[in-house]
Amino acid sequence: MESFIGALTIFVLALFLGFEVIGKVPPLLHTPLMSGSNAISGITLVGALVTAGMQLTTLTTVLGFFSVAMATANVVGGFLVTHRMLGMFHRK
Amino acid sequence: MSNTLIEFFYLLAAVLFILGLKGLGHPRTAVGGNLAAAIGMLLAIVVTLLDQRIVGFSVIIGGFAAGSIVGAIMAYRAPMTAMPQMVAVFNGFGGGASMLAAGAALEEVLAGDLLEPLGTQFTVSTASAAIIGAVAFSGSLIAFAKLQGLISERPILLPGRHIMNAAMLLACLGLGGWLVMEPTSSLPVWAMGAVATVLGIMLVIPIGGADMPVVICLLNAYSGAAAAGLGWSLNNSVLVIAGSLVGASGFILTALMCKAMNRSLANVIFAGVGAVAASEADTEDVYSGRVKSASAEEVAMLMDGARRVVIVPGYGLAVAHGQYAVQDLTQALEARGVEVEFGIHPVAGRMPGHMNVLLAEADVPYEKLKEMDEINPTFKQTDVVLVVGANDVVNPLARKSDPSIPIAGMPILDVDQARTVVIIKRSLSPGFAGIPNPLFAAENSLMLYGDAKKVITDLVAAFKES
Repeated sequence: MESFIGALTIFVLALFLGFEVIGKVPPLLHTPLMSGSNAISGITLVGALVTAGMQLTTLTTVLGFFSVAMATANVVGGFLVTHRMLGMFHRK
Repeated sequence: MSNTLIEFFYLLAAVLFILGLKGLGHPRTAVGGNLAAAIGMLLAIVVTLLDQRIVGFSVIIGGFAAGSIVGAIMAYRAPMTAMPQMVAVFNGFGGGASMLAAGAALEEVLAGDLLEPLGTQFTVSTASAAIIGAVAFSGSLIAFAKLQGLISERPILLPGRHIMNAAMLLACLGLGGWLVMEPTSSLPVWAMGAVATVLGIMLVIPIGGADMPVVICLLNAYSGAAAAGLGWSLNNSVLVIAGSLVGASGFILTALMCKAMNRSLANVIFAGVGAVAASEADTEDVYSGRVKSASAEEVAMLMDGARRVVIVPGYGLAVAHGQYAVQDLTQALEARGVEVEFGIHPVAGRMPGHMNVLLAEADVPYEKLKEMDEINPTFKQTDVVLVVGANDVVNPLARKSDPSIPIAGMPILDVDQARTVVIIKRSLSPGFAGIPNPLFAAENSLMLYGDAKKVITDLVAAFKES
């Protein structure tokens, strides 16, 4: 994924895919959808890991710690809360 | 691990995210879907840790520990009624993380480390991630504060706010341009981050509590976009794909919410709806002498003769934690052969699907939770409608096209078509839109005053005795 056009291609395709997949979720499940997709946005943790792991200067190390911590909270909290919510839906 | 192998595993993670989101399309596959997405996340994290550019793990492990503890505690201690706030706060964390990581990446590249080539793609994407992430961060925290009641739910309209916001946005873009033209210092990105943080606060403060569903969806989309921006700057495919998926998801839900309220997104964000409550005179005109109230015993007798009852829950039910009482009532009614269903308006509550989660928590089977379009035609055959803590979503004024009415054109639940409508509310105070509700003064309406949980518990007791 080197070039701008490569990134743009993936971005556009992912947007279309997102529209298609999300459009099918019924209002019943909109809250878990919000919290689940919010958990997935914690993928920023991957970016935080690379920048934090380099430990280049004190500043970047401190920034790295906070960005990893915050992104981890996003991921862990998001998936756990979604799991908790989903466990409550049941049929008669 | 070779780059190709890393990219392959990233693709696998992205596939798991997509399958996970698909799984969320039906209650039966939803739990598995969430699990699949979580596994995808784990895969992406593990594979990233094997990246050779990472030299030290102490910071990472420290961050993991701190974040996991905070995330887990908040996830398990929050009551279901607080789900909107939880999503807001976690979203804020994600946005903030993107902002900080983008800043750190720029610092590292400027310090001479060839993390990524210092080209236009890098600077533009870093600047975008920083701005969008900062707005998502502060905006989410304000949304959290409003929902939690830490600051006023009413829109806070500062004078000249549109100009200030426009100025801040221009400043961010200007600083971004500076960074792209002269990538020699990291000052622009930190300045951008600071300004964007203030912008985020300024954008969410003028929006009222009941419009929070739209705001949270939009902020969710922003943090997805920030992650995608960071991915673009770091040339990381899984960040771009996952960020775009989340961004798309947030934008669609935002559009759905706006359609359900029949207001444009611009109207929600900029118009300050709900700041001014209706004047005393207007309210008097609509209500004077025409509002009838009843007691729990009288309503119980009404329901005794009913064949079909529809319950319409609103934010008031969430606030009163009345969902368990509602389930008790449902079971008591059904034991006597009464058909019970729930009418869920798309923007009832403080988050899309909020009511569904609350009722599911109280063990209400989800087939009873009907969407607005499904239940509206059935009100004509419904004997009793119980409106619990909902107001604007059943306000007949929405059917008018008078532009001075904030909710004009919004599709509503046609409860006034039922034989009798019982409204459970603490008082006649206006709902979020700040206007009176003629439903309360209608011929076939009865008010049942009190806290939702207490009133419904009384209803159950009275019903069982009758």
